[in-house]
Amino acid sequence: MIGKRDKKGKIRSLTGFLEGHFKLPFAAFQLRRDFLFVMASNTVNKKTPAFADAPINKSLSAADKIELLRKMVRIRRFEQTSLKHYHNGSIGGFLHLYIGQESVAVGTISLLGENDHVITAYRDHGHALSVGMSMDECMAELFGKATGCSKGKGGSMHYFAPDKNYWGGHGIVGGQAPLGAGLAFGVKYKGLEGCCLCYLGDGAINQGAFHESLNLASLWDLPVIYIIENNGYSMGTSQERSSAFPKQGLAARAEGYNMDWDKIEGVSIYEIRAGVQKAVERAHKQSRPSIIEILTYRHKGHSVADANAEKYRTKEEIQKYMNEHDPIEFWKSTLIEEGVITEDDYKKINKEAGAEADASAEFAIKSPYPDESEIFDHIYWEVDNNTEAGRTGRHFFHR
Amino acid sequence: MPREITYREALREGLDEELARDNNVIIIGEEVAEYNGAYKVTEGLWKKWGDKRIIDAPISEAGFIGMGIGASMLGIRPVMELMFFSFAYVAFDQMMNNAATCRYMSGGLINVPIVVRGPANGGTNVGATHSHTPENIFANMPGLKVVTPSDAHDAKGLIKSAIRDNDPVYFMESTVLYGVTGWVPSNDELEGGELLVPIGKAKVKREGTDITLIAHGRAVVTSLAAAEILAEKHNISAEVLDLRSIRPLDEEAIMASVRKTHRAICIEENKPFCGVGAQISSMIMEQAFDDLDAPVLRITSADAPAFYSPPIEKLQLPNPDEIVERVLSIC
Repeated sequence: MIGKRDKKGKIRSLTGFLEGHFKLPFAAFQLRRDFLFVMASNTVNKKTPAFADAPINKSLSAADKIELLRKMVRIRRFEQTSLKHYHNGSIGGFLHLYIGQESVAVGTISLLGENDHVITAYRDHGHALSVGMSMDECMAELFGKATGCSKGKGGSMHYFAPDKNYWGGHGIVGGQAPLGAGLAFGVKYKGLEGCCLCYLGDGAINQGAFHESLNLASLWDLPVIYIIENNGYSMGTSQERSSAFPKQGLAARAEGYNMDWDKIEGVSIYEIRAGVQKAVERAHKQSRPSIIEILTYRHKGHSVADANAEKYRTKEEIQKYMNEHDPIEFWKSTLIEEGVITEDDYKKINKEAGAEADASAEFAIKSPYPDESEIFDHIYWEVDNNTEAGRTGRHFFHR
Repeated sequence: MPREITYREALREGLDEELARDNNVIIIGEEVAEYNGAYKVTEGLWKKWGDKRIIDAPISEAGFIGMGIGASMLGIRPVMELMFFSFAYVAFDQMMNNAATCRYMSGGLINVPIVVRGPANGGTNVGATHSHTPENIFANMPGLKVVTPSDAHDAKGLIKSAIRDNDPVYFMESTVLYGVTGWVPSNDELEGGELLVPIGKAKVKREGTDITLIAHGRAVVTSLAAAEILAEKHNISAEVLDLRSIRPLDEEAIMASVRKTHRAICIEENKPFCGVGAQISSMIMEQAFDDLDAPVLRITSADAPAFYSPPIEKLQLPNPDEIVERVLSIC
């Protein structure tokens, strides 16, 4: 028996999760549709996790595994520090925190090579740090400083680093889906073996632009992988109140586009890497798209301004995920059990990440705000580069 | 004898030359390849350049325009055809947010060298949904360029410049003009061996001394007809200024002409509210008030959705007689 929900969507009965988690694929498949609702009832299995034996994971060295842990911890400490400065008024606008979902960005991006690209939505801090952007430039962007990755023009939702194949950071739900297809198109057009990972939330899958992208990606054999980071809630609306979906899950919509898909749990880096690697290979070798749904959970609200974060979800549910299904805790335990690290090693990593985050906040605080003269920079390439085209005609119409 | 070709052929020549010049130039759109283009602008290009360069898209504007924007970030130069520019509205988020603001929001790390082209005109009895003229809407957005050629020469010269431009260019044509022939020099007649018209430079299509008719797109043709009547029947010398692009806008040419003639009327097939003429008349008022001998007037389409019934729709659009009448009211 799996978890059942009453009319208010609260969990009433919660047994059988572990059988679902680690049994035969078909049985697991059946059970995982309710993963988000039942997962909270069980403690994470601390034994050797499934998927550890996948070749892509066997090839990880101890140093690689520690690096994956360090990346997740750095994201968390970065965001905890940013939250502090949001509350003290140093950071404006929206702040959509990734806390609880770190394994998704870190695990998936760890699979990528030099011709692979990344594009995501507005909950983008984790992806940015995963591709190698510095805490300094990311934190300064939140503070609206000239030293920010987007020179203070983008903010939390709009981080970019084309030199790291990272194309944003996009604020409109689902709007990045066609861009992801386009990046994949560009890779293919140039004859490169690469792909684009295009992330979106479970709320974005109901946008038309996403569906148009799926059709194009499959029709034109584009090497794009849509990663649905399913945290169960599109802002304050639960998945079951926002999406019509078959029992297999949201990614099954791929069936309508003759596209491969998979649904995997997002707690374990091993499972994420093993699952997404298949899609990366499919993109690289066959130039075919995929949808991968990764079940995850955000500990915080939709944004920090989400006053109802504990109203559309029960406190108990949030607490369960935080205590028992935290991807960092899970990976840390895994590595301790494997003898890769000790508790003290973890403490050191955590301390270093905290210090790095604090230093990035110091950097942001000390950095200057952008100059007013920069308002009219970065609008037209031709104007910025003072080309003949940029000097011809009037481009701006304020006073 | 000067070489004359249609506006449609001129566009095709421009596209073909750019496809030959740069391997990264591709054409994507509905019916652009095997069907040879809904309005035959791309006729023969698929046969010549093949599947990789000329791509038939499904009816999915948000999808394929957004895809083109993404590809352009990697250095591809997509020229995307909208069968009607009216269909831009289903791709609005891609065209207004992703194309226009990624450069800004990335602090200049990204540019989006795309062209979106297609007819943006009324007057063909296809009802309101297919008759939109969104040049003012897109020109409102910093980061975008809006180009509106009125003859074959400029259609070729401007499409080539648009493709080479490193910013997003929305290139608005007219189905009514596609079949109109005009002088387009062959490349061997030209210094430099090719026809390039800079974006942002207006053109005096007819010199005059009494009033300036400021127009773009097909309204230029209407204005030239009105100028002819004014000269023949009313002894009024009207100057016709073709803006050729809305953003960037050739402010210098506008002011120079107004300072010469001391009167101006802005003519466009756009709707009146916040139309292109509203912007220009405001600029003239601010910069050339003392040069004016009369208020700046505006002639636009009727402030109503496009009427289907052919004889009535005709009345909605600016026509030479209306222009003559308004000119006589201030001259």
